[in-house]
Amino acid sequence: MSYRPILTARIGKVDPTSLDDYVAHGGFQALKRALALGPDAIIDIVTQANVLGRGGAAFPAGIKWKAVSTEPGPKYVVANADESEPGTFKDRIIMEGDPFSLVEGVIIASYAVGAHQAYIYIRGEYPLAITRVQNAVDACYQAGMLGERILDRRYPLDIEVRRGAGAYICGEETALFESIEGKRGFPRIKPPFPTQVGLFGRPTLINNVETLINALPLVQHGPDWFRTMGPLDSPGPKLYCLSGRIRRPGLVEAPMGTTLYDLIYNYGGGVTGSGELGGVLLGGAAGTFVTADDLDVFMDFGSLREIDAALGSGVVIVFDTSVDMKAVLRRIARFFAHESCGKCYPCQLGTQRQLEIIERLAADRLRPGDLQLLSEVGQTMTDASICGLGQTAHSAIRTALKRFDFDPSTGHFARFGPPSGVQEALA
Amino acid sequence: MTTPSHNNRIWITIDGRSLQVPPDITIREAAALAGVEIPTICYHDALTPNAVCRICVVEWRGARTLVPACVARVADNAIIQTNSRRVRTARRTLLEMLASAVDLSQAPEIQAMMQEYDADPDRFGPEARRRETGGVKDDNPFYVRDYDKCILCWRCVQVCAEDVQHTFALGFNHRGFDTEIATFFNLGMKETTCVFCGNCVGVCPTGALKGKRLYELELRGDS
Repeated sequence: MSYRPILTARIGKVDPTSLDDYVAHGGFQALKRALALGPDAIIDIVTQANVLGRGGAAFPAGIKWKAVSTEPGPKYVVANADESEPGTFKDRIIMEGDPFSLVEGVIIASYAVGAHQAYIYIRGEYPLAITRVQNAVDACYQAGMLGERILDRRYPLDIEVRRGAGAYICGEETALFESIEGKRGFPRIKPPFPTQVGLFGRPTLINNVETLINALPLVQHGPDWFRTMGPLDSPGPKLYCLSGRIRRPGLVEAPMGTTLYDLIYNYGGGVTGSGELGGVLLGGAAGTFVTADDLDVFMDFGSLREIDAALGSGVVIVFDTSVDMKAVLRRIARFFAHESCGKCYPCQLGTQRQLEIIERLAADRLRPGDLQLLSEVGQTMTDASICGLGQTAHSAIRTALKRFDFDPSTGHFARFGPPSGVQEALA
Repeated sequence: MTTPSHNNRIWITIDGRSLQVPPDITIREAAALAGVEIPTICYHDALTPNAVCRICVVEWRGARTLVPACVARVADNAIIQTNSRRVRTARRTLLEMLASAVDLSQAPEIQAMMQEYDADPDRFGPEARRRETGGVKDDNPFYVRDYDKCILCWRCVQVCAEDVQHTFALGFNHRGFDTEIATFFNLGMKETTCVFCGNCVGVCPTGALKGKRLYELELRGDS
């Protein structure tokens, strides 16, 4: 608990609308350092630090940066700020509270990989974040720090802010490209990967907001410092989003690998409602449920994978024992049926069939064979869908059935007591 | 380990049989060389494969998910199973979900596939939602669009676009289970860019797109 925030250090202290105040709070020191280091050294640092993508997929950022840097131009950098995973609000807080840091991260990434055009694609439901980031970009242009030069170095770079229109699928990187190109947000088939064929068919570096702002302290303090935090296979600072039945919901910055217990009881102040922990949804709707038995788990990518769970984007949604878990699962199933883009059969058909079975479960009308059917639909979505949406659409439901002592004879979760008011709230 | 050989051929194993194949061919093409036919629905020889139906998925040892054979390319030492239990479960479930949602009465190839994989669409129960479509759209003298039979294979959209005609009369409406092939702003076909080339009717695998004459003969029971 003696950890001092790094990524969120300025939030609440800096005026998010003022370039001068950002500079007064140490802004653009990282870019200055990055320009002194040069592109190759920056990429080496990101690679050595083993920064894993913070959007949820945990792909090593260094590999992407290196790959794009060796491709011929024109190429692009895209900041994925389409933060749509239920329960995630970390990028929003960064963009609203310290928008210049994202702009600085995008500039560093663009300089490192040799891109002269970058996009920041922000979720349309984030009007304040859009205003603040657009203002930050405009202020940099006005100060002569974007356009023909970055900071005082001659290096053409343009940054354009784009707004999403409300589709969850557009957070998937290739669907996001389609959206920027003015097309319907369908995911593309991979390979080819964005590092080779991305936005407008050109090599593209696409990273989550939190991944990009990690570059700031990283170029200033180096990979060894970065790896003092968290496990070596998944190091660095991490933003965790606490919500649900918890005393102090909100954003927590802590070292990667902080225990789930620490997050809920020390940072979050414990469980409200019945006061007894029923379950925790890690990673949002596309995530996994764990129980009080898993409180000692280290909240990093590798440790969670070992117990058949996932860190995802850092979401921690707490459910006490009075929650109607079946209504929660119905809400999740509805979400995926609503957000499936409709391109591939497993997800287009499977999210609907999954919803029907979960609706029977929630209404205590489960039929013989339904659980087997659900498991086959889920396995098919996970195994055969084109993109991460379909591949994770069954994950929360599967882990709930696995971990919450579902009793098929009664149709109830033994861990969860009689429903409380949350049932109506979720219906 | 790898066997560098003449003509850059690579070694792969398909269903337990090792063979040399040219690099950069798809799994579907490689399987054909091994005498293994992989089932497909959306795939069409004349069109860009889009991997939407996922019936062609196969198991590639070491891969996290199944892999679509119509687009994924072989690599040296790949070990591929085209008919494992995991593959068959996916194919059977996909066929069951498809048949429970749309009318496949004029899609004999898919019906044959359902037999091969023991697919039973009734497992989803009588209240499984079928696609809510407007039924048959009869708005031009050349062909009708029977939405109850549409499986969203995308072939018509592709022939109408870059793959053949460059007309771009067809696109999509709605999403997820409610996705449907549609014209721009749902305009009647005569008001779109459609030139009535008939390519979409030619590639439709389920009778969802049908020449007007045939449709009328069927209605009269003369077909």
